[in-house]
Amino acid sequence: MSASTTSINAGGRSVRRQGRDVRGLVFAGALLLALLFSLAVLAVLVGTQLAQGLPVFAERGLDFLTSDLSSNPADAGVAQGIVGTALLMVIVALVAFPVGIMTAIYLEEYSGDNRLARFIEINVRNLAGVPSVVYGILGLTVFVGLFAALGDSNGKTIVTGGLTLAVLVLPLVIITSAEAIRAVPEALIEGGFGLGASRWQVVRELILPAAAPGILTGTVLALSRAIGETAPLILVGAVLGSFSTGGSIGDLAGGPYTALPMIVFDWARKPQQDFRALTSAAIIVLLALTLVANAFAVILRNRFDRKW
Amino acid sequence: MTTATTESVETLDAGAPLAAPVISLRDVSFYYGAFRAVRDISFDVPTHRITAIIGPSGCGKSTLLRTINRMNDLIPGTRVEGKILFHEEDLYASYVDPVEVRRRIGMVFQKPNPFPKSIYDNVAFGPRLNGFRGDLDGLVEQSLRRAAIWNEVKDKLKQSGLSLSGGQQQRLCIARAIATDPEVILMDEPCSALDPRATLQIEQLMAEIKERYTIVIVTHNMQQAARASDRTIFLNMADDRAGHVVEEGETLQMFTNPRQQLTEDYVSGRFG
Repeated sequence: MSASTTSINAGGRSVRRQGRDVRGLVFAGALLLALLFSLAVLAVLVGTQLAQGLPVFAERGLDFLTSDLSSNPADAGVAQGIVGTALLMVIVALVAFPVGIMTAIYLEEYSGDNRLARFIEINVRNLAGVPSVVYGILGLTVFVGLFAALGDSNGKTIVTGGLTLAVLVLPLVIITSAEAIRAVPEALIEGGFGLGASRWQVVRELILPAAAPGILTGTVLALSRAIGETAPLILVGAVLGSFSTGGSIGDLAGGPYTALPMIVFDWARKPQQDFRALTSAAIIVLLALTLVANAFAVILRNRFDRKW
Repeated sequence: MTTATTESVETLDAGAPLAAPVISLRDVSFYYGAFRAVRDISFDVPTHRITAIIGPSGCGKSTLLRTINRMNDLIPGTRVEGKILFHEEDLYASYVDPVEVRRRIGMVFQKPNPFPKSIYDNVAFGPRLNGFRGDLDGLVEQSLRRAAIWNEVKDKLKQSGLSLSGGQQQRLCIARAIATDPEVILMDEPCSALDPRATLQIEQLMAEIKERYTIVIVTHNMQQAARASDRTIFLNMADDRAGHVVEEGETLQMFTNPRQQLTEDYVSGRFG
């Protein structure tokens, strides 16, 4: 008590540094190590793939991107995989985004804060953690079965694949969208209601624009996840190995299809040494696609953000 | 619209009887779940006057204010008892549309909350919701003029409302409320986030617009109530923590010659 009435130096305590904060330094060092470890793993991964894969591009150029699958390493290309992955993404975006975002709006703005809504939300979170192979089984029983029953030869088309992936990422879209909507300041929402806006008007004019960047980030995360999935596609009938593709949209929608991660999986199992390099090249294409999707999202988000 | 019939010039005189209440509260109690936040509140809000609601923190002033334009409907598990009459019509009758209520009874909030839109779009927001057909530019200008902010923003209407200072933001919010042409404007501690100069501007603005609008203001600032209001309602809470009216009257009388000892203690700063 008496110390508080005198100057801080008077009690023999100086403001000079007393030795080093060893534990603090150790902690900071540990953080740095953790960071370096993650970076190193990533660098090794990307580095080896680039080292193995880039020669393929150097040797064959665009030919690798435009050729169909083949059992002959010298001819094999990923064109069918790029088309398949692109179409799958379109289906995922068309199905998972509207359904997921609307679900999130309902849960956050319309359902009220009752037990049922909370129960549903917890379960949506759990769904996001369900292994993708389980969704594959779901796609097999529900979508493949449904389309087969509707008379579609065996139901194993790119549409069923896309629907399966859409359902797989749906919880992710719902959760991230719901979080973005929840983060919209209450003051903004009250301001809207205070001016005599209806709930729908508040959602459309205030909540959705304010939540758009966050929702966008979530949808792209979901898309990135869908791009890389292999297991569910194997179950719902994406082709492993080569096949011939017809040129028309109808052939694409109804015929055999594959996707880039399927090609990676297939080639990685092949015994021929030549396919090692091709696998890496396909991985590079897959990574590039993911990067493009992410960059697109960042640009979109900045446009939303920059408005104000 | 059923305007009160007895409205006349005399009612504008300070000290005149409350001939034409726009809003009347009759035995209003408000519950958050089982907790009663305010109880048995009755008072009239006279037209074209500024009515201040004062009282210690937590006594339910804001809650009470928000029942008047049904903002509390948005909070699940809340309940109103008693009657709130707007031109003799029960605001909580089943046939009343709360959205329409909020268009007729506007609100300005404690913290300035302009939308992340341009100054112009902030003011045009309400009229656009109503499907306003007409001279929107003119309406925006008129609203900004009435809110005494036109001269500061007329050259930057396309800029973000958030780029303004706190006091300007609050006047923008007042302009935004005015643009929907409400009859009553509720103000929930509108100056608590503002500096003294901006506060004074808002108070002057209130005095100017009361010719057109009826104002109810909640404030924890007794000087503000004394300076800016015509009538004052003093709420306090008892042991049940429910706010109730201790005394109401003309502001001058409330601050110079209160009838209740409790009022005198509060307005002289002895508690609260």
